[in-house]
Amino acid sequence: MKLDFNHNQSAHCENGVTCNLLNYNGSKKITEPLAFGIGSGLFFIFIPFLKVNNSPALSYRIMPGLIFKRTCHSLGIPYEKKRFSSTQEAQNTLDTLLQKDIAVGCQVGVYYLPYFPKEYRFHFNAHNIVVYGKEDDTYLVSDPVMETTTQLSSYELERVRFAKGALAPKGNLYYPKFDGEISDEQIRKAIIKGIKRNVRDMLYIPGPIAGVSGIRYIANRILVWHKKLDTQTFRTYLAQIIRMQEEIGTGGGGFRFIYAAFLQEAYAFIPKEELLTISEQFTQAGDLWRSFAVDAAGVFKGRLGSQQDIDNLAKQLNAIADIEKKAFIALSKIKWN
Amino acid sequence: MKLEETPQDKSALEVMTKELCYVVDENGNYTKSLSKGWEVKAAALDLAWDDIEIRVESARQKVLQGNASPILYYMELKIMDLSIISAYTGFWTWQIKRHMKASVFAKLSNKKLQKYANLFEVSIDEFKTIQ
Repeated sequence: MKLDFNHNQSAHCENGVTCNLLNYNGSKKITEPLAFGIGSGLFFIFIPFLKVNNSPALSYRIMPGLIFKRTCHSLGIPYEKKRFSSTQEAQNTLDTLLQKDIAVGCQVGVYYLPYFPKEYRFHFNAHNIVVYGKEDDTYLVSDPVMETTTQLSSYELERVRFAKGALAPKGNLYYPKFDGEISDEQIRKAIIKGIKRNVRDMLYIPGPIAGVSGIRYIANRILVWHKKLDTQTFRTYLAQIIRMQEEIGTGGGGFRFIYAAFLQEAYAFIPKEELLTISEQFTQAGDLWRSFAVDAAGVFKGRLGSQQDIDNLAKQLNAIADIEKKAFIALSKIKWN
Repeated sequence: MKLEETPQDKSALEVMTKELCYVVDENGNYTKSLSKGWEVKAAALDLAWDDIEIRVESARQKVLQGNASPILYYMELKIMDLSIISAYTGFWTWQIKRHMKASVFAKLSNKKLQKYANLFEVSIDEFKTIQ
């Protein structure tokens, strides 16, 4: 059985799954940037003392799972979310849903995902795909980061749905429960809600490690690492920052470009000139993240390495923090009525 | 990032898909564009894999010298850590640490070895003999 599901490639998996599922349920209006912005996806956090693959843990976006949840919530769309302790039950539930013509979002680990190239198969468990059909023992899969749809055998799907380790999916599946259109008014309200929540997350989250202050925190850490760590470890840490910022799923520039695109699209629903000028500020932030990446690569490849070069990296990050702070303050000052 | 700046460098991702990026066109409007890869992030990924290779090789030497059991080698080879092995095998992390000692490993029952071998996708014989 095969549902009439439209596969659209996206930059980020969870955005893509969210808007593809909403599209399938009848609304053609929610694009990837809208899902990301309404879900208040932009973030920055650096978690000291926690290591991922022996490198620092940091993220340029909010917790996995939140984008779908927040987007549905802000749009006033009910949804179902379920985890399982039994693999058999997880498969049965999925099969039943498919029979009811429901396309289902699934959280999966990428380590055992057969169509990923070996170089990308880390134990990362917060990837998202849509299952939109089953033919014999094969599930039809729409992975939003892929240009085309793909397939997984029931064994392969079970393996990735029950991948273990940090953020283990435990068979997590989810889908929106509605059909029909989403009104412009719903979208307008959701956009405002999403922006306000993102302002809160980036500017007012307590503590030094998250939001705009998190960017300054890691700028400072880079200086400390350079003094304290051996060269090899220092390079590994820098490379990790760049990977998290630029790797597949970020749309480049640590999600900043997707957010800038969101503000442009928001303007179509709420014609406030400020949205366009603030969008430009996020484009600028994204460009600066990318030039930071170029210089950081110079350091971890050994082309640059003087104290001045390291100071320069920290300086660039602080400049980015300034721009993002300014942009979010401007967003918080928009009068919506 | 401008449309015409979309990087098209060599990358490991090429064999799988092109990556979607959000870029600005000549009128300042956002649009989508597909990228083959970017050398900066390819370099970051290469470095991550160089690190893994170094860790695998150092684990292999430890096993050959009798300072660790093959579990350490396979943990590095499969980019796992104690908590991941623990989640898949059901052993506690302190047990796994113990099993990583060559002397303890030598006395492990076939049943326990089989759990590890299943996770590392090797036969017990392969598992025991690291070249």
